[in-house]
Amino acid sequence: MTAEAGAAAAARAANGMADGMADGMPGGAPVLAVEGLEKRFGGVHAVAGISFAVGAGELLALIGPNGAGKSTTFNMVGGQLRPDGGRVRLAGQDITGLPPRRIWKLGVGRTFQITATFASMTVRENVQMALLSHHGELSGLWRPVAKRHAAEADALLARVGILDQAERGCGVLAYGDLKRVELAVAMAHSPRLLLMDEPTAGMAPRERVALMALTARVARESGIAVLFTEHDMDVVFAHADRILVMSRGRPIAAGDPETVRNHPEVRAVYLGTGKTSGGH
Amino acid sequence: MMELLLVQGLNGLASAASLFLVAAGLSIIFGVTRIVNFAHGSLYMLGAYIAVTLFAVLPRDQLGFWGAVLLSAVAAGLLGALLERLVLRRLYGAPELFQLLATFGVVLIVQDAALLIWGPQDLLGPRAPGLRGAVYVGEARIPLYDLFLFAVGPVVLALLWLLFNRTRWGTLVRAATQDREMVAALGVNQRWLFTTVFFLGSLLAGLGGALQLPRGQPATLHMDLDVITEAFAVVVIGGMGSVPGAFLAALLIGMLQAYGILVFPKITLVLTFLVMAAVLVVRPHGLLGRPQGAARALGAGVEAVIRPAPPALRRLGLAVLALLLVLPPFLGSYAVSVLGEIAVFVLFAASLHLMMGPGGMASFGHAAYFGLGAYGVALLVTNFGVPMLGGLVAAPVVAAIAGAVFGWFCVRLSGVYLAMLTLAFAQIAWSGAFQWVELTGGDNGILGVWPEGFLAGPLPFLYLTLAVSIGVTLLLRRVIYAPFGYALRAGRDSPLRAEAIGIGVRGVQWRAFILAAAAAGVAGGLFAYGKGSVFPTYMQISRSVDGLMMVLLGGVQTVSGPIVGAVVFRGLEEQLLRLTDYWRAVLGAAILLLVLAFPQGIAGAAQAWWQRRGAGTGPAAAGTERGEAERAA
Repeated sequence: MTAEAGAAAAARAANGMADGMADGMPGGAPVLAVEGLEKRFGGVHAVAGISFAVGAGELLALIGPNGAGKSTTFNMVGGQLRPDGGRVRLAGQDITGLPPRRIWKLGVGRTFQITATFASMTVRENVQMALLSHHGELSGLWRPVAKRHAAEADALLARVGILDQAERGCGVLAYGDLKRVELAVAMAHSPRLLLMDEPTAGMAPRERVALMALTARVARESGIAVLFTEHDMDVVFAHADRILVMSRGRPIAAGDPETVRNHPEVRAVYLGTGKTSGGH
Repeated sequence: MMELLLVQGLNGLASAASLFLVAAGLSIIFGVTRIVNFAHGSLYMLGAYIAVTLFAVLPRDQLGFWGAVLLSAVAAGLLGALLERLVLRRLYGAPELFQLLATFGVVLIVQDAALLIWGPQDLLGPRAPGLRGAVYVGEARIPLYDLFLFAVGPVVLALLWLLFNRTRWGTLVRAATQDREMVAALGVNQRWLFTTVFFLGSLLAGLGGALQLPRGQPATLHMDLDVITEAFAVVVIGGMGSVPGAFLAALLIGMLQAYGILVFPKITLVLTFLVMAAVLVVRPHGLLGRPQGAARALGAGVEAVIRPAPPALRRLGLAVLALLLVLPPFLGSYAVSVLGEIAVFVLFAASLHLMMGPGGMASFGHAAYFGLGAYGVALLVTNFGVPMLGGLVAAPVVAAIAGAVFGWFCVRLSGVYLAMLTLAFAQIAWSGAFQWVELTGGDNGILGVWPEGFLAGPLPFLYLTLAVSIGVTLLLRRVIYAPFGYALRAGRDSPLRAEAIGIGVRGVQWRAFILAAAAAGVAGGLFAYGKGSVFPTYMQISRSVDGLMMVLLGGVQTVSGPIVGAVVFRGLEEQLLRLTDYWRAVLGAAILLLVLAFPQGIAGAAQAWWQRRGAGTGPAAAGTERGEAERAA
């Protein structure tokens, strides 16, 4: 199979995924549907036409070597980057090119590859900010933040396992804990879609599996669609419902973990050695 | 007519030469060290004064004259290198605004040193030997010395180009301008590089100062701040760190001033800053500048967690309030007026702190809103006889409108560019007050703005001032702890995260800008009634810097910082004014000491001390204790 034919096949597979998802869903539209997304930086075609869909309660992993265009794709879905082509739909609504804060309001929570938290606030206050935004109370000039939605914030912190850190400043937290704060912040809005860019980077191996297991459980319980990138193949193959493999801005394979694991081009392009991961 | 245009054009070119030298030095220093060096203007001034002395001492021939010019420049260069070695070197790790504060301390010291050495009168230099004559084009007389100055700009530009492109040192300077960390990682001796850069930059400033004298422009004690604001404008317009940019911008400003005086004689001062504002809005990094790596919010440093005031601090606050209620009837009239003034400046500092601390927007021009509040009151009272209550309501409204207009542009920038744009707008407001004589009375100000009725007495007016100032300050404090203040801080800490949870960062910053302007307007309005008059000095850059010093001395990270800072700064200034003629030097030295000893500010240092002390007192202090331990880590 030539490279072009392979890419075309993968694109068909990805689109098929989108169609299948749309067909299989009672409401018609999947939570997230991405069609032919493109982004150029100068002469570099960072993302050259990618399509996929994620349904409620489903975890889709976006994987690929460095520079494959994963984070660019993420930032186009989350609104941090404006796509040069293609469409992003959230539950059927076109959100292409909307600013991040509008996308958040429509029910998209996200975590960043390099954690972004408010360093001058405590862990609890970080979550309270998301809750205040959720309740539309950010313009308040009078009642102090301290007691507002504190119990709700603590419940979210308990859920991600860092309630004991609630009083600490985010500026001094361990990196793995910051990832948890980000997850709690993203969850505060009861999102329909969760975008997680390398959610477990910087965590100890056991923590990683635990965090993704937690994410998967929450997603399935609450019917949240999850799109995530990850370098840890253990995490990916253990928790993703489906996997989309990117290379140089293009999709090269898509499907359930088993299909992807055995895909010849994935082995060649991405994994190189033919081994997918140590543990499987 | 043609002759007039020609003369004005050449005049503009001649003044551009000096401005270019000063601005190029400033730009090089900023590019490499990232220090916004207010003291650069002082070195320009010293260059001029030293030249005056040397002209008198050295023989009055070609060699003596040009030797004096060059020696003055070298002397300024050496003084600049000394400044770097003695003061700034200790502050490279400190937040940028502390470096700025230190350089302003140096400005004050140098002003008094010059006063002590050369006296208060303006000093003229000699004409240049061999260049005393002039050439005539038609009726137009063009001094030979001006022709010489035309050449200076391009020659210095060419020499600098050779220096930066043909020497190893120049390559390092260019590399450091682009990426300081990378140059450090390559094992370059940064200390040596910084000291030499300061030498070169200051030498150019000194040369600029010395070369101005033979045009018939005297050395004066206020030429330092005059030139530094213009040089900032040139550097910003040209692009920070770009020498050709400075050249281009100096030409632009020189011509603009020269022709502006023909076309718009009333707003020549405004023109420079209008151009600067326009350039910043259209090309935020200047004509030839390039975007620098993430422009961090100025002066924030390590973000400290803001926690509610501990009970002890609340008790202290209540005790002070009680004292302020009881004490005034027992005070003399001098103390009453000082106390009122301090209260006004507490409010002014608190309003600036809202922008700088939680907002992360350092303003170099906050006095504009103070002054506009004052002028708003004065104009309404003298033109329309508006009663006092109306005046006090109008002050924040006027300031808020200006804040809304200026702020709309400012929040589109960040870091030092934002600071420079606030400076530009403040200079525009100041020039308006200074030059629009029909409306504002210009330098003579507006008199007869007195409080009325039962508030006319000093004591009732003091109570009014205290109530309004403290009341509004407490309101601002409340805002910082409310969701809006948190949203503002969120935008400062991480705009990326803030936007991703639905916070419109610019919108929040803009509203904070307006709020801070309104509060400063209240302070200005009270001040106008307290003094009974308003003057353009209310909006001068030195008043903006006063505000910066109050906030930074107190500690930008603590909510109580501006209050402490305003009381200490204003109190110190007041005492020094009474005790010595050289109060500026003492104040400057005090600022240097404070900056070197307490880079966290006074309230910041007190907070750290309080938390360290609390570490041994058991579980009750656990929360803050941990906060402190974290910060120490």
